[in-house]
Amino acid sequence: MRVIVNEKEYDLPHPSMVSDALVLIQAKPPYAVAVNLQFVPKSQHSQYPLNENDQVEIIAPVTGG
Amino acid sequence: MTAPLPNAIHRADPLVLYGESFASRLLLGTSRYPSPQVLETAVQQAKPAMITVSLRRQGSSTTEAHSGFWDLLKKMAVPVLPNTAGCHSPQEVITTAQMAREVFETDWIKLELIGDDYTLQPDTLRLAQTAETLIKDGFKVLPYCTEDLILCQRLVDVGCQAVMPWAAPIGTGQGPINPYAMKLLRERLKVPLLVDAGLGLPSHACSVMEWGFDGVLLNTAVALADDPVVMAKSFAMAVEAGRSAYLSGAMKPQTSAQASTPLVGTPFWHQS
Repeated sequence: MRVIVNEKEYDLPHPSMVSDALVLIQAKPPYAVAVNLQFVPKSQHSQYPLNENDQVEIIAPVTGG
Repeated sequence: MTAPLPNAIHRADPLVLYGESFASRLLLGTSRYPSPQVLETAVQQAKPAMITVSLRRQGSSTTEAHSGFWDLLKKMAVPVLPNTAGCHSPQEVITTAQMAREVFETDWIKLELIGDDYTLQPDTLRLAQTAETLIKDGFKVLPYCTEDLILCQRLVDVGCQAVMPWAAPIGTGQGPINPYAMKLLRERLKVPLLVDAGLGLPSHACSVMEWGFDGVLLNTAVALADDPVVMAKSFAMAVEAGRSAYLSGAMKPQTSAQASTPLVGTPFWHQS
């Protein structure tokens, strides 16, 4: 299934969870996740299923003003 | 002879936001410094109440360039204020705030909802409703806003216990471009007011503190100085000086001259 992670297109088997997307991009902690503009708490990463064309955002801390 | 200092100098005067006390009235941004070392030393010199931070996509050039930032944050051990910089819709703000809360383990959020990319002016029409949603979700919201009185009042009405009007557009360093509106805002609102954005010089910070603002948040004016470390210290001193001056009660300006030195007994002086 086609999933967009941080604006890049990936092919993931069905079913896949948020945690699979994290492994896919080798996410380094600390991070947080949103799917289709909805926050997905850390406690749900391994149970939250991804669907075709989902937009996944995985973010990290940076400097800010 | 040493006279005792006035009580105003002695008494503890913390900045109180959402019931939490801060010794400093300066909040400092962490972006655009020449190096992480300069940032760290600038923070040490300024001793800010909080430092602002943000979130960007993992794997982007921004996060790759900030790979050591998390360790630096832990080392500096200063309370962090995550922002929602770059968000253009209420939902983007809310989701970013929730992600920030998980990453930084804090309920504080600097609400930025941008309405215009050229001026970085906040979306004033949707700001209050977004602040209300965040407050209901348990956030301590510090909204970046304009100096518009009604907007600031609406933010207070929905539960913001402090508001952060700009002095000028972000990163311009122009200083307060609308002193009349800012002074009026101070007069009308009783909640803490922090000036966020647009300051370029310590004298700008000192001025707004003299007007009765409760603190300032700045970044670019320090980070882009030739010597950010010395400038950070300069701003910290200016904020303190402005606050002391405000508490001291300034004299009223007068149009005619009045001699400071007593006239009675002036040598060689004769009444004509």
